[in-house]
Amino acid sequence: MSPKHETLWLFGSIGLFLVVATLIGRVLKHFFSAGKPHAVLDNLNARIDAWWYMVGAIGLAFAGGKGGVILLFAFVSFAALREFITLTHTRRGDHYALALSFFVALPAQYLLIWIDWYGMYSILIPVYAFLVLPIMAAVSGDATRFLERAAKVQWGLMVSVYCIAHVPALLTLDIPGYEDRHLLLIAFLILVVQSSDVFQYIWGKLFGKRLIAPAVSPSKTVEGFWGGIASSTLLGTALYWITPFKPWQAAIIAFSICLMGFAGGLVMSAIKRDRGVKDWGTLIEGHGGMLDRVDSVCFAAPVFFHVIRHWWTP
Amino acid sequence: MLRHAVEALVATSIVGFARLVTGVRGVWKGCAPNYQQRVYFANHASHGDFVLLWSALPPALRHSTRPVAGSDYWLKSRLRRFIIQDVFRAVLIDRDFQHSGSANPVEVMLTALEYGDSLIIFPEGTRNTTEERLLPFKGGLYKLAEARPDVELVPVWIENLNRVMPKGEAVPIPLLCTVSFGEPIRLAESENRADFLNRAREALLALAPRLT
Repeated sequence: MSPKHETLWLFGSIGLFLVVATLIGRVLKHFFSAGKPHAVLDNLNARIDAWWYMVGAIGLAFAGGKGGVILLFAFVSFAALREFITLTHTRRGDHYALALSFFVALPAQYLLIWIDWYGMYSILIPVYAFLVLPIMAAVSGDATRFLERAAKVQWGLMVSVYCIAHVPALLTLDIPGYEDRHLLLIAFLILVVQSSDVFQYIWGKLFGKRLIAPAVSPSKTVEGFWGGIASSTLLGTALYWITPFKPWQAAIIAFSICLMGFAGGLVMSAIKRDRGVKDWGTLIEGHGGMLDRVDSVCFAAPVFFHVIRHWWTP
Repeated sequence: MLRHAVEALVATSIVGFARLVTGVRGVWKGCAPNYQQRVYFANHASHGDFVLLWSALPPALRHSTRPVAGSDYWLKSRLRRFIIQDVFRAVLIDRDFQHSGSANPVEVMLTALEYGDSLIIFPEGTRNTTEERLLPFKGGLYKLAEARPDVELVPVWIENLNRVMPKGEAVPIPLLCTVSFGEPIRLAESENRADFLNRAREALLALAPRLT
């Protein structure tokens, strides 16, 4: 199959899966609470509906090629950073540091990926933003809670921009024998990590009893964790043919990014709980904000990127 | 005709821009977004406050809701004058009326209410740039309540716009803003000015998210 056929086949399967999910959701709603509100089922249906939009957005981006994917993830970063900073305590003195984060660091990161300058996009935020942002805040002359403010702005940029940017950065990797098929690598990452979230949700709702981290997340269960990670590792293994991996390699990589994805969800839950909110925002009906949806990808993408860069590129 | 089209276009653009930057969302906690003559009274930290509140209203209500704005700032340039008078149909008041001899702001607002429109006012009187969440209220709200007991007084808390555009900054930071509409209050029988203004201020503060 050509990469184009593989991509179409993949999106066709996802579309079919969504049709089935939509039908199941509507049938459940019809039998259990037709015409009445039902917290779990209404949320389930809202989530499934939102998946149509998200898959549609990714499909459009794929149709736009490299530029489309970079634009989509630049927007994801923008929405995520906006949610992160909204929930963060900042002061007047942070105004220029924040303006720089949104209007310079974010576009520059994606521009550097566009021109494929690995040496710069891999250090722009961890090195240069790390140094320049606190300078801007210090020059503004406000020392109140300084270290805390500087750390939070830096952390927001790392998670929302630097980490997420590793998804389109996959397009810049030169993998021998895998030319023209990079989009499928992105599809693999997103499918495995996002399906792990979905499987964890399903396993947790059906069989979840013991909370895995009650102090941090009220919804993550031990049963959901194992069921979700096992299911998605299987899915990742079955998808080895769209990647440059052998089946056993695909299994190990899928397992690792699922673990990272779970950890990402846990870390972001800890921040939400500390701030006293349930969701990061309201952008995606049923899911919450952008960060609620991409927290797992944030943590999985850099690891996935570097594993491939280390072992699969010359 | 063309003029109206331009005004509508500018209004739509300003609302669209505010939405894009702040993702503004109206949260109707204490009343519904329906036709009802009201005075929305809100906290004031930025010149964009009324735009945000206006954007959070359903489009059908925007036409009949007029912001009350200080003429000293808004009449300074032709662009500002066009935006405030033609696009937003603001009720302009002179905060320095005692010296300048122009009309009393309360009279101006009462005249506007006569036409059946709703108003957006900022009872702090000026933009709040202090660490305080809310400044003490000026007396205009009390006089409106006294003169027009039939008009609902709705507290509206605008969250985060002070961080998006602090006083004196030119570049806005895109942060999510919410506009929370509370339960309408009315002047109680034999309630004096200080008590009423205090109660109105507390009703507004009650809408603000907790401090951390």
